[in-house]
Amino acid sequence: MASADTPLTGSPISEADVAKVARLARLDIDEAHVQHFTEQLVKVLSHFRDIDALDLAAVEPMTQPYPLVNVMRDDVVQPTLDTDEVLAVAPEAEDRRFRVPPIIGLDG
Amino acid sequence: MAAVPATASAIASAVASGEVSAREVLEHHLAAIDAREGDIHAFNLVTADAAREQADRVDADVRAGRPVGPLAGVPIAVKDNMCTRGIETTCSSRILQGWRPPYDATVITRLHAAGAVVVGKTNLDEFAMGSSTENSAFGPSRNPLDTSRVPGGSSGGSAAAVAAGFSPVSLGSDTGGSIRQPAAMCGIVGVKPTYGTVSRFGLVAYASSLDQIGPFATTVDDAALVTEVISGHDPNDSTSIPVPPLSLRGSVATGVAGMRIGRVTDLPGGAEPEVEAALEAAFGALRAAGAEIVDVQLPSLSYALTAYYLIAPAEASSNLARFDGVRYGLRVGAADTNAMYGATRAAGFGDEVQRRIMLGTYALSAGYYDAYYGKALKVRRVIADDFARAYVDVDAILTPTSPVVAFRFGEKVDDPMSMYLCDIYTIPTNLAGHPGMSVPFGTGAHGMPVGIQVLAPALGEQAMFRVGGALEAAAGGAR
Repeated sequence: MASADTPLTGSPISEADVAKVARLARLDIDEAHVQHFTEQLVKVLSHFRDIDALDLAAVEPMTQPYPLVNVMRDDVVQPTLDTDEVLAVAPEAEDRRFRVPPIIGLDG
Repeated sequence: MAAVPATASAIASAVASGEVSAREVLEHHLAAIDAREGDIHAFNLVTADAAREQADRVDADVRAGRPVGPLAGVPIAVKDNMCTRGIETTCSSRILQGWRPPYDATVITRLHAAGAVVVGKTNLDEFAMGSSTENSAFGPSRNPLDTSRVPGGSSGGSAAAVAAGFSPVSLGSDTGGSIRQPAAMCGIVGVKPTYGTVSRFGLVAYASSLDQIGPFATTVDDAALVTEVISGHDPNDSTSIPVPPLSLRGSVATGVAGMRIGRVTDLPGGAEPEVEAALEAAFGALRAAGAEIVDVQLPSLSYALTAYYLIAPAEASSNLARFDGVRYGLRVGAADTNAMYGATRAAGFGDEVQRRIMLGTYALSAGYYDAYYGKALKVRRVIADDFARAYVDVDAILTPTSPVVAFRFGEKVDDPMSMYLCDIYTIPTNLAGHPGMSVPFGTGAHGMPVGIQVLAPALGEQAMFRVGGALEAAAGGAR
């Protein structure tokens, strides 16, 4: 497994990796796209190796520019979105709810 | 009918005093849109009817002697990734085509309260991912100064709208340079305020720790005016900084006498020679205006591109998970929900969006998180620390906005890395969360404009606008 201190070696990403990542990202792409994206991502990730040259062991990660924590407000009821207006722009709605296809396989 | 003034501030004064009506101002701009929008494609949607209603409301207020806002009757175009209630908001993506948001973004609410008249939703690279608008699902926008060239991106439509005279000002969003770079390429002013000074509520998120809304304008003063209107704390955005709205217009004509302006001695190379020459001329102009030019080092700057193109796609892969065909936008039917997600997202997202979602998913995945995303967050800290050291010595820093002037369509669109390099000078500021602006200064290759970028520390907008104002004055004098 790669860690922060060991530079990655070899080809940064394979077609199998890209196919797996596409599945994780819920992108149903075909083989031609997998091949195309792999070629492009290999180039991009190769460029990204430049940061392997930096000694970052003692550096704290920075996740946001302005460190605000636990932004709270008083527990007071405020106006919310109109349910009908929200459901009117949904792909499919029924009985004031979003309607989706079966979640569990029908023949399972 | 009185002549319609060119700037937002002059329009607002003339409308408030009754010299010209908001409706007359609007019709003047709608006529400009009619005449040239076919060639430019700045807009995904022109909202003429809603704009006429808003203009008539402003005029009714003026006639009744009621107070009007600082943007009374000022037409403004808005990037199509900001929610407008009941008005289609697409992010230039098939996945949101036809979606009408049930609420307004905070910036839209503030524009309306200030009397501004929203004339339409402008084209962008899909979900603000790109540097040319060529990634729009609805076709690219064209540069009004040369329609064979891109207007820059991702806020290319908003830049083109102002450069073409469709509206005196517009709003864009800037995640890695998406306001400043198109401003430079279209020869206008563009501002990315300090992260957290303008609410992101209702801005469709690309990379939440980097995104910031800001204005395009033809003058530095107009950019200051719009920034003042849209800035200020918003409880609906938990990353909104609890500070009052920015006060900027007083700084524009203050001059730079006594200011210390940084020249980055280790700036990554690769800029076109004319761009480098314009930067030198800009330093010369500021020195002539009484500023001291001071050498600063930002050794980590060359690593910013890598940090950005790991952090932004990582955040995007998470943010764009919400587009799944359930609650809004496109749905491609399938036998079960999981198949529906995959089919909807593959059909709804364009190539660049899919590329960044996969890059981000990969950078965040088990086994690669530390090597890519974790490292990028550390580089981000190093860059912010470098800036902090530099700002001990200087009030502002000057760089080119873009290494290149506006390029021709198709030149970079199939080579992601070469497109990403367009953002090399704008990205570091987003990582640090600092403000930046682009001011047109001189001409580069092919007669296209060059933008000079002014950077300042967090909440250093007043210093930034002083420098911007001085550059504008010097550029005007040179013409």
